[in-house]
Amino acid sequence: MTQYMLTVHDDTESVGKIPPEQMQQMFEDVEKFNTKLRETGAWVFAGGLMPAETATVVDGTGTAPVFSDGPYLETKEHIGGFWVVEAADLDAALELAAEGSKACQGKVEVRPFQAEPPADA
Amino acid sequence: MIDPLAGEVERVFREEYGRLIASLVRRFGDIDIAQDAAGEALVAALEKWPGSGVPPNPGGWLTMTAGNRAIDRIRREQKRDEKHQAAAMMYDPTPHDSLGAFESAGDERLRLIFTCCHPALAPEARIALTLRLLGGLTVAEIASAFLVQETTMAQRITRAKAKIKAARIPYRIPEPEDLPGRVDTVLAVLLLVFNEGYLSSADGEPIRAELTGEAIRLARILHELMPQNMEVTGLLALLLLTESRREARVRNGELVPLGDQDRAGWDRDLIVEGQALVRQCLAANRPGRYQILAAINAVHTDARSAADTDWAQVAALYDQLTAIDPSPIVALNRAVAVAELDGPDVALAIVDRLPLESYHAWHATRAELLRRLGRTGEAMEAYDAALAATGNAAERAYLSRRRGELVIR
Repeated sequence: MTQYMLTVHDDTESVGKIPPEQMQQMFEDVEKFNTKLRETGAWVFAGGLMPAETATVVDGTGTAPVFSDGPYLETKEHIGGFWVVEAADLDAALELAAEGSKACQGKVEVRPFQAEPPADA
Repeated sequence: MIDPLAGEVERVFREEYGRLIASLVRRFGDIDIAQDAAGEALVAALEKWPGSGVPPNPGGWLTMTAGNRAIDRIRREQKRDEKHQAAAMMYDPTPHDSLGAFESAGDERLRLIFTCCHPALAPEARIALTLRLLGGLTVAEIASAFLVQETTMAQRITRAKAKIKAARIPYRIPEPEDLPGRVDTVLAVLLLVFNEGYLSSADGEPIRAELTGEAIRLARILHELMPQNMEVTGLLALLLLTESRREARVRNGELVPLGDQDRAGWDRDLIVEGQALVRQCLAANRPGRYQILAAINAVHTDARSAADTDWAQVAALYDQLTAIDPSPIVALNRAVAVAELDGPDVALAIVDRLPLESYHAWHATRAELLRRLGRTGEAMEAYDAALAATGNAAERAYLSRRRGELVIR
């Protein structure tokens, strides 16, 4: 089994303009999908994020850490939420991503996690 | 002096390459291990065969030798990093002793083609991987077929292989419910493999029968699995009917255009088989791109002589195809039928509007139309442009002769 991260990218400009009834539907569909993930054992973790303007960038590479107002990437599309799922292979992960995409009404990017290093390494 | 057997070894190796890689990937779960082991088996064959002669079952010899080399390597690496090695294996969910529908056809190459043609890979990577792993073409040959730098192509292939491994693109036939969608990408790749064999873009052999044969073989297995998928039927028919003209198509190293071919030299068995498949498609009445292309070829193989060709039927089929695929290449082929029906001037007006200036067939078609219209100077320039745009030796020979026939007064 491999773990995959399924990320949902929101358009920050349009996300606030979604009518409440559509938002409600989205919540219900995502909850249904999450329940399915838990019941089938694919669930590892999932979460929705606060808007990108709440982000803070931290640079700890210098002598003293530098904090600045985020987000880090200058783009209109930011990660709005994600799932981490366990799947047998990419085909299985893509199938889950298609369901997740439908539920949250947005495009989903699928990326495999690195294999865990050997425990005795 | 080059040992003539070295050439024979290379030929056998290329012929066996796809089968060899597919069975090694199945066995060892890793494309790189499979390719390295195949390469080592080639080196061993080049050392051994010139002395002992080509073994009676060269494919078996190569598979065994490569298998042994792969085991040696895996043992070495397992000592170094046992668990990591196991984690990097390709995902292959079916037990090796169970016989699926395809395994009963005795073929592991089809699993490999579904991996190579996975929709998660970039389209240009799919065809490159298929040609490299199943067709046994070198990276240089594929690069020249795509008109890109060899280093660019090598990176493209390396990147695709890394993605297969990291993202766990599976090595298996897709589930029945996913099959129709996944088959479309495979069909597109098979046609491109066939075309590369039928009009090789490299400057070696003008026709690469092992590539056309490979594409047909894979199409046959696909058809066996999905007899109800009419596009699969259509593609197989298209390949068979095109292949039937292969012997007549290049004579004395020169390309012979359809109208000038010795039709008695066409392969009747392939024509009969191909036309029967086209009739199945017509009866099913669910037309698609490959079925229409097959039907166009059936019109040509039906005609006893070039003059008997039912050009109205050909043009009507191209109209149908245009409705599905309004691409300039379809329009160019349709224009050839228009030239026969309405004259070269009408056809040239269509051809001149098409944005295909880097495509050799566009220049060649223009050259022939201009020649028929008596516009000799322009025809010569078009022949020159066609010659500059193709690396195929037989096509170059044909174009050079046609150009040489022209008289400037």
